[in-house]
Amino acid sequence: MAKKKKTISAVDIRKFSAGTNLFFNIFLGIFALSCVLPFFFIIILSLTKESDITLYGYQFWPKHWTLASYQYLTGMGGQVGKSFIITVIVTVVGTIMSSTFTSTYAYAISRRDFDYKKFFTIFALISMLFTPGMVPNYLVVTQMLHLKDSIWALILPASFGVFNVLIMRTFFLTNIPESIIESARIDGASELKIFRSIVVPLAVPGIATISLFSALGYWNDWFNAMLYTDSPNVTPLQYLLVKIQNNIQMLTQQAAQGGSTLAAGSEIPSEGMRFAVVVVATLPIALTYPFFQKYFVKGMTVGGVKG
Amino acid sequence: MQTKQSAVVGGSSKGFVAKMKKNSTFFLLVAPGTLFLIIFFYIPVLANVVAFQNFQYSDGGFLYSLFHSPWVGLQNFIFFFKSADFGLVLRNTVGYNLTFLLLNFFFAIFFGIVMSQMRNMKLLRVYQTSMLFPYFLSWAILAYFLYAFLSADKGIINHIITSSGGTAIDFYNTPYVWPFIIVFMGVWKGIGYNSILYFATASGIDPSYYDAAMMDGANKWQQIKNVTLPHILPIATLMLIINIGGIFRSDFGLFYLLPRASGTLINVTQTFDTYVYRALTTTNDIGMSTATGLIQSVVGSIMILGSNAIVRKVQPDSALF
Repeated sequence: MAKKKKTISAVDIRKFSAGTNLFFNIFLGIFALSCVLPFFFIIILSLTKESDITLYGYQFWPKHWTLASYQYLTGMGGQVGKSFIITVIVTVVGTIMSSTFTSTYAYAISRRDFDYKKFFTIFALISMLFTPGMVPNYLVVTQMLHLKDSIWALILPASFGVFNVLIMRTFFLTNIPESIIESARIDGASELKIFRSIVVPLAVPGIATISLFSALGYWNDWFNAMLYTDSPNVTPLQYLLVKIQNNIQMLTQQAAQGGSTLAAGSEIPSEGMRFAVVVVATLPIALTYPFFQKYFVKGMTVGGVKG
Repeated sequence: MQTKQSAVVGGSSKGFVAKMKKNSTFFLLVAPGTLFLIIFFYIPVLANVVAFQNFQYSDGGFLYSLFHSPWVGLQNFIFFFKSADFGLVLRNTVGYNLTFLLLNFFFAIFFGIVMSQMRNMKLLRVYQTSMLFPYFLSWAILAYFLYAFLSADKGIINHIITSSGGTAIDFYNTPYVWPFIIVFMGVWKGIGYNSILYFATASGIDPSYYDAAMMDGANKWQQIKNVTLPHILPIATLMLIINIGGIFRSDFGLFYLLPRASGTLINVTQTFDTYVYRALTTTNDIGMSTATGLIQSVVGSIMILGSNAIVRKVQPDSALF
């Protein structure tokens, strides 16, 4: 982001006048509020007693608060627990694979000593020019790889990213001086050893950036799940949200089956549970993104990715 | 791409094997990515031939079936072009994209400049962080955010309407409101991210330009018009041109999940991507859905190449390739 000048009072004249500043503070404040308020609304709804929702609809301040939705979700180790685990596995495994494959590829094509660097650069770049399309991808994943309803169908299609390759290549070219590599080689280090023990430690900030891109992509993915899976056993949280949009049964059935220990016969908080799932899927992002947003910003401003 | 094929010292004389051996580690490093590109890019690109076929899966495996299904020429394309869906899908995809192009352009610059002129840095950081929040969430989640407001019987908006004496609106079955909802939500989700670039550019302008303008008696608006905007314009033009390359693409979730895949809203929510998905999953028409996707991809590529060619003319350093 921008380098801020520390000359406070001098800068002040260059900024908005006090009145304009106040106006835009209100303006930006309202807009910023519109970005976070809906999430608090969802949290409140997940804590609202079911009968309140039935009687009064969705309210910002319910008459009766309850944790019933969360008790139903956690008490039975049902679909939501399963989906949560699937999401975590997909995100962790996918991010490790994607950042590894992306960094190694980017490193190789950033090295002048690689005789086929031009070929592999173009080999990757071409994929940015043309989209193979949803159906051909679907055919390859389901008919050729036979990954229908496999967790790999959620991992593999995003396990390499050409845009991230370009970001990493720029990173290697600008942050890893050729001279370091040269001197390591003179000391007798093999190429693999140079990569592992010299290049990777220096590239941690870059790898962190693309890992975050990738982790967010995996966490938020519902499309691959919708396209490639049906089975509840491999339904990640985001796709679970899509499924229960119009069909709450998926949750309540299991609540009814597994919830025998919970007051039998009492109403199942189907509305509240739905919003509780939204909270479970959103909270990890809400809690962490303020700390990693600067990496995204950096990743974007690297922008000048050509080479 | 400047490739200094740094005179592969004696490479050719040592022969092919030696060259392979010298590059072996690099081959190892590019191997996973290469495999990925073959499986998830090159083969699917090849598989687009099913657009010209009546695809039938046979026992010989996928690639075998690919080349032994009956050819039908352009039949799948003609079918799509003749259907009423073609005009609708084209109108919606291009129409929404043009709207987004202009509105994102305007609002991103507006927010970027306004933020660069704010006095209180701490408050500004709170605003920026808040505005980035929707950007990091999926449409699957945002669809629920919206639903809490728009639900026909329980939503907050209808609650306000009915309690003040009006009649509730069944939003998810009312097509005419959706172009506005979709455009608003699309801009709203992206503004925190889109404005960063302009905020950074505007904040990086040398303060002495402003000082000089102030000496000449320029007020804030004149300063913005004559100092800030000219500094932002080159990068803004560039972004605009780059984004034109994506005019045939659409954000699937925005058009499919946000309206809860409502059938009554299809006239205002169907784009190329949702059409292909629906054709694949509901009618299972592989040939026709591939043909539609192929049209989208080919025009998309032409747009990308075209916009890149323009960028190369305007700002050679910023061209993608």
